[in-house]
Amino acid sequence: MLDVKKHSATILSLPFAFVIFTFFIVPLCLVVMVSFWDYNSYSIIPDFIFTNYQDIFYGCVKSLPDLCTSFATYISSLKFVFITWLITLLTGFLVALFLSFCVSSLQMQIVLFLLCTIPFWTSNVIRMISWIPLLGRNGLVNSTLQKVGLTDSPAEWLLYSEFSVILAFVHLYTLFMVVPIFNSMMRIDRSLIEAAHDAGASSFQTLTNIIIPLSRPGIIIGSIFVITIVMGDFITIGVMGGQQIPSVGKIINVEMTYLQFPAAAANAVILIITTLMIIFAMTKLVDIRKEL
Amino acid sequence: MFGRGFKLSLGIFFTLFILFLYGPTLSILVLSFQGPNGGLTFPMRGFSTFWFESLFDGVGVIDIWGAFGRSIRLGLVVMVLTVVLSLMAGMAFRKRFPLSSFLFYATVSSLIVPSIVISLGVALEFRIIDDAVKAIGGDMNIQWVIDDFRTTMGLFSSGLGAQLTWTLPFGLLIMFAVFNRFDPSYEEAARDLGAGPWQTFREAVLPIIAPSLIGVALFGFTLSYDELARSSQAIGGLNTLPLELRGLTTTVTDPTIYALGTLTTAVSFLAISIFLILFTLLRRRTAKAPRPETPAP
Repeated sequence: MLDVKKHSATILSLPFAFVIFTFFIVPLCLVVMVSFWDYNSYSIIPDFIFTNYQDIFYGCVKSLPDLCTSFATYISSLKFVFITWLITLLTGFLVALFLSFCVSSLQMQIVLFLLCTIPFWTSNVIRMISWIPLLGRNGLVNSTLQKVGLTDSPAEWLLYSEFSVILAFVHLYTLFMVVPIFNSMMRIDRSLIEAAHDAGASSFQTLTNIIIPLSRPGIIIGSIFVITIVMGDFITIGVMGGQQIPSVGKIINVEMTYLQFPAAAANAVILIITTLMIIFAMTKLVDIRKEL
Repeated sequence: MFGRGFKLSLGIFFTLFILFLYGPTLSILVLSFQGPNGGLTFPMRGFSTFWFESLFDGVGVIDIWGAFGRSIRLGLVVMVLTVVLSLMAGMAFRKRFPLSSFLFYATVSSLIVPSIVISLGVALEFRIIDDAVKAIGGDMNIQWVIDDFRTTMGLFSSGLGAQLTWTLPFGLLIMFAVFNRFDPSYEEAARDLGAGPWQTFREAVLPIIAPSLIGVALFGFTLSYDELARSSQAIGGLNTLPLELRGLTTTVTDPTIYALGTLTTAVSFLAISIFLILFTLLRRRTAKAPRPETPAP
């Protein structure tokens, strides 16, 4: 007879564990497994072959320095990751800094924090297309530019371009930086800052010597979020890039619509490995700086 | 601690950030009331509800209202499951149980593994299940499988599961935050007074954490209602509203799409308001609850 009282924690965790197991762990293992399978135009065939991986990098080394499709796609994704990371980090840090050190009442802090959070609970697609009336050929920005006389013809690079993709990323995902950094900053003991002030530290010195090092956990968590989201994105790049800019997520998406599941799975495995490597490198980078 | 000028410039930066967050959505809201001859951009050519009317007549071949209904229903189911499962798991994590740290790391990973990979994995899983069902049905000559079986994929199987991998981690993290601040002496007091485990939970724990559960519900519903990336490959034959919306971004070239945007944003805001009001009410009730030492009249 099972002792319910003794195993109560295990029993309580079971439904949650079941969902995570069935819809996260098993699917992830299947992706790795199927990436070694064979396929034809209507079915997938259990096998153990490396063709799917070879296909991804077919001719890539030989054609260097010209970039093959896969390399070009990854480099394009990495560029988006880096630029978005830099902008969201800076913006998120400043917003969190304002919320935690320039707003004095807790009530006001909560209200302003909610103000930053509410868009997160609304539709991403709507937030993307809401840039169209502003950035389009006849949009607000272009008509203003023309009225002021800065340009004669509408600027084409504003919408359906790399610029608009990055803008949308920053718009959608800065929150992922704000929340963890704000959380870290709120934990900073205020007396440390007073001590620094009493010891004659300038605002800038307080920032670099106390606030930034102590916000590090938040910065890392936020960075991991932004990097993984941008790396695997295919919707924002699709909608804001006018379906013209390649991305790894989009390759996987297209392969799936052609039912080439093993090929999509191989791409997914490489995507995960790349993402993990970036995260790993980044945490190392921050660690090393702390060691110095 | 910071100088006046520095604080002021941070304040200005914050204001600009809020403008940046809300500005574009506001422009959509305004433009959805565009006159019948108006286009996708400013200026406004009159003011009308023309595009809302055209939305109610339907957008091309797409069954918007069906998709809308499916999104709401799925959102509610995801919400209930997220609250219940996260609460149970949150309670479990207060003690040690086998594989607890593995479960924790798996849950956090579920949040950061690219959504397209999870969507692909879930789609694969159900495809393999389908193949198995068909093979078994064929071998054993089960008539309904041969005649009628199409797929196990669907809104409330694969779609639900894929969305839960996104909402459950948020739910669990909130529960961690809640129980880290939870004072166990309330439970001890209840036990000392002779309450059983269930009674302790219902009358001591639940009232205290109720506001946070509203928070979990808010995440569960709104994240599901707007979820796109994870359900994209795993939803089965019938799409949810965000998926239809993404399709419409390339095909619809008039303000109907703004009207739809205004509508779905209004639903989100309505949900957020309801949850926030509930949260505040419950909070107030908890704060006002009579102290144990208050003598009975």
